[in-house]
Amino acid sequence: MTQRLTIAEQSRLLRSGEASSRELTQTSLDRIALHDEALNAFIEVTPEHALTAAKAADQRRKEGNGGALTGVPMAHKDIFCTRDIRTTCASRMLEDFVAPYDATVVERLASAGMVSVGKTNMDEFAMGSSNETSYFGPVKNPWDHAKSPGGSSGGSAAAVAAGLVAMATGTDTGGSVRQPAALCGITGFKPTYGRVSRYGIIAFASSLDQAGVLALSAEDVALVTQVMAGFDERDSTSSPAEVPDYLATLEASVSGKTIGVPREYFDEGLDPAYAEAVNAALDVYRQMGAAVREVSLPNLSLAVPTYYVVCPAEASSNLSRYDGVRFGHRADNIDDLESLYKRSRTEGFGDEVKRRIMTGTYVLSAGYYDAYYLQAQKVRQLISDDLQRCFEQVDILAGPTTPTTAFGIGEKVDDPVQMYLNDIYTVSVNLAGLPGISIPCGMVDGLPAGLQLVGPHFAEASVLNFAHLYQKETDWHQRQPGQS
Amino acid sequence: MTLSREDIEYIAHLARLEVSKSDVPAYVDKLGRIIEFIDELGQADTADIVPMAHPLDMSQRLRPDEVTEGDDRDRFQANAPETEKGLYVVPRVVE
Amino acid sequence: MQWETVIGLEIHAQLATKSKIFSGASTAYGAEPNTQACLVDLGYPGVLPVLNREVVVMAARFGMAVDATVAPRSIFARKNYFYPDLPKGYQISQFELPIVEGGHIDLTLEDGKVKRIGITRAHLEEDAGKSMHENMEGKTGIDLNRAGTPLLEIVSEPELSSAKEAVNYMRRMHQLVRYLGISDGNMQEGSFRCDANISVRPKGQAELGTRAELKNLNSFRFIEKAINFEVERQIELIEDGGKVVQETRLYDSAKDETRPMRSKEEANDYRYFPDPDLLPVEISEEFLSAVRDAMPELPQAKAERFAEQYGLKPADIEVLTGSRATADFFEAVVADLGEAKLAANWVSGELGGALNRDNLDIADSKVSARALAGLLKRIHDNTISGKIAKDVFAAMWDEGGDADSIIESKGLKQITDSGELEALVDKVIADNPEQVEQFRAGKDKVLGFFVGQIMKATQGKANPGQINQILRDKLSA
Repeated sequence: MTQRLTIAEQSRLLRSGEASSRELTQTSLDRIALHDEALNAFIEVTPEHALTAAKAADQRRKEGNGGALTGVPMAHKDIFCTRDIRTTCASRMLEDFVAPYDATVVERLASAGMVSVGKTNMDEFAMGSSNETSYFGPVKNPWDHAKSPGGSSGGSAAAVAAGLVAMATGTDTGGSVRQPAALCGITGFKPTYGRVSRYGIIAFASSLDQAGVLALSAEDVALVTQVMAGFDERDSTSSPAEVPDYLATLEASVSGKTIGVPREYFDEGLDPAYAEAVNAALDVYRQMGAAVREVSLPNLSLAVPTYYVVCPAEASSNLSRYDGVRFGHRADNIDDLESLYKRSRTEGFGDEVKRRIMTGTYVLSAGYYDAYYLQAQKVRQLISDDLQRCFEQVDILAGPTTPTTAFGIGEKVDDPVQMYLNDIYTVSVNLAGLPGISIPCGMVDGLPAGLQLVGPHFAEASVLNFAHLYQKETDWHQRQPGQS
Repeated sequence: MTLSREDIEYIAHLARLEVSKSDVPAYVDKLGRIIEFIDELGQADTADIVPMAHPLDMSQRLRPDEVTEGDDRDRFQANAPETEKGLYVVPRVVE
Repeated sequence: MQWETVIGLEIHAQLATKSKIFSGASTAYGAEPNTQACLVDLGYPGVLPVLNREVVVMAARFGMAVDATVAPRSIFARKNYFYPDLPKGYQISQFELPIVEGGHIDLTLEDGKVKRIGITRAHLEEDAGKSMHENMEGKTGIDLNRAGTPLLEIVSEPELSSAKEAVNYMRRMHQLVRYLGISDGNMQEGSFRCDANISVRPKGQAELGTRAELKNLNSFRFIEKAINFEVERQIELIEDGGKVVQETRLYDSAKDETRPMRSKEEANDYRYFPDPDLLPVEISEEFLSAVRDAMPELPQAKAERFAEQYGLKPADIEVLTGSRATADFFEAVVADLGEAKLAANWVSGELGGALNRDNLDIADSKVSARALAGLLKRIHDNTISGKIAKDVFAAMWDEGGDADSIIESKGLKQITDSGELEALVDKVIADNPEQVEQFRAGKDKVLGFFVGQIMKATQGKANPGQINQILRDKLSA
């Protein structure tokens, strides 16, 4: 595989005139044409749209109006509404759906001049951790095509890891940006809940969903997050907190800072070789002058069950709008209203989606609401309090992103609970609404391992800073599939 | 906690999903395992805990009372499976 | 067996905002189908609700007007069910923490006694769309213009004991929401809807009977009949050995009967949970102060003031304070004219009659308060008689113009010159010797005949008071 170029690198080339957006975009499209049949990372590739945008970007640079991101090719997870381009959410329900508007994230990145080459594959309605539930077929991990790239932003992760694009957007509800980033050996970031607008993101679990970035470096992530972040009046859960200059603090020293490592992370579920890679990463930080100490998250074992109550409950309600009336799949030959609903929905949704809708409906139903949903929201508070308490003693938390490296496609589909346990390290972060990043920190039997860093609310700058400094001292993030 | 066939059918109906007879056992099994898994939540002592309303401590923003949307019916209805005279068409609803 | 009726009313008042509760689409009535339904109202993938400030102001104003508690923190919840006019498959409403709790409204009963009816709560929610069945070839058409219109649902305690009390309560509520400027109360357009929960129980029994819900009682005319029918139905059913079923029923005004409605959500499990797309609504003391300061004078207070300030009769006060617009109109006339009784007579009498006849709101009155005051001044200063004034008013109403120019152009000035009047009296006495004899013989009523003759001769322009006096003087001489 040819050397992947980061956004920062492409930006330099564009600025100096060594490359045009047209050329970079064409390269991206060529790579997709060459590799995507095997990877299945894209649901829709939009060459015409991309080249038009590239041309405009080149013009803009010529006029001196280009910014860091202008003219750089990227892709959007197919959960972001894109006006006049199909948004399917990897579901038969929205197979032909064309949104009449752009998501805020799409608008902002387009305004910055980024060139979208297409929509990436994902788990259906973002429900999954392996990108195996897509209506359009599973995505393959570029490191080993028999392995899953993770999910739900599997397509975005694979596309970036394979060098098809330098950046792809994703969404992270329980780990769906960080986990695939870890399994594909790239950098994946989820900002604080409310930092980036959810307007135009097809809703999965509203109190957990957050737009994220998958890219090749923390620096690239900072460049993109800078543009995506900020208040949006169309989203009531959007924070009015000011967006600082993330690049200004990327290089700040972390000497004297403290990293907390939750002892509950290092249990029997974690692969020992993976644990070693994480520990080696902590040594790198020690060498920078940061202190590393143990902290405790006593309620960690309840995080996954809590997540799997709150998340399907909200999702079951969010997906009620798919009824075959105003948009989306409608069954043929229906005679009555009940059939319209039941057949359209049963045909339109895949098994995992139906299972989660059923779970969510169950935990909200009369007689069960208190024991499940209400209880889960209380435990959620406990988990969040645990994390807040840690931040009273440390500046940042660190640990593995996933318990193992990439697993085989088809390996975990039969047991939903087994699949859910993949999210053990990532879900608490969503439950508490904290910012978290996964960066490559080693290889285990030829597959990438990820280090997760988690900060307090609105500490994006700190998280990106820690991540960037690590990437200056190491080169795990530069390892590509196909090389060593 | 085992779910019965009736439970599955009832939940499916509430969610407007069809579960064929042959699929019911699979649902009973998988959903059952999930419910068993989340039942662990019952162990947590949450006696004095206020349920989390939102991850952030924010209150609802209020927007000014202004008309900001116009008529885009044709564009929106391009996505509709069936319309007539500007209405969305569904099978007869009896009131 | 003596029976007791127990009624609780749920009123849905559409709040008179320009835009919807959660989107910026217009709430104007009567638009072409689906031309006022934006992506948020259509429940499109990816869109989100944002709360309209005015809706919170209006709810707070209502809460204060009924002495309720305006919650410092309230939560929006999702009420989940499937129906074609409910695009998201859930209605955003309020469940556990509504914006208004408690409160009461006082009813004046027929016997003059005052009965206080408790209000359980009032909460905010979004309206659903409309289903059309006619000319749809056996299908149903959905119009989502109404989807997302803000509603304030006002729930009374089950403290109403008769259909009459229920109508009384409804009228008071209807008046109040219009006074507060929070709803136009237009029942034909559906901006003021009422559901009644009705049950019966043997007199003296503490336990409530099973209730039936009567939906969409949309006309004052039919509410009393509908409730009475339902009460009778329930009593008969129980006396025949049957049981009242908890169900939703509709009133058929043509047949004057209630019948069961096919239920919207048979399972009725709404799975309420707090809406994660919306944050808790927090209302500060400052916010409440501002609402308090802008509170208009309420019907009760206005009625009391009118009694004291203008010395009017209760019946007149009832009419004049019926709506804020009428009261304001009346007071504008009084301010200009400097007197209340004549103003009261005319506003409720001639003006009221004309408005009714032409089916107009006082806001669209063809004679302004100023113009009316101008007319009434001419009665006061004897330029015209009260009777002639009615003709002038009619001309002002139908053709426009002010009183003075009409009086002038039609030559309607009253004759007040004593010389002229004396001459007229002399003539009528001379022309009618018989009646003069009758009067002198003691038939006092004959005076009216003379006045009538003079009025005829002068086309009503002679000042009747003066004529009367002159006649008496001359005839007694």
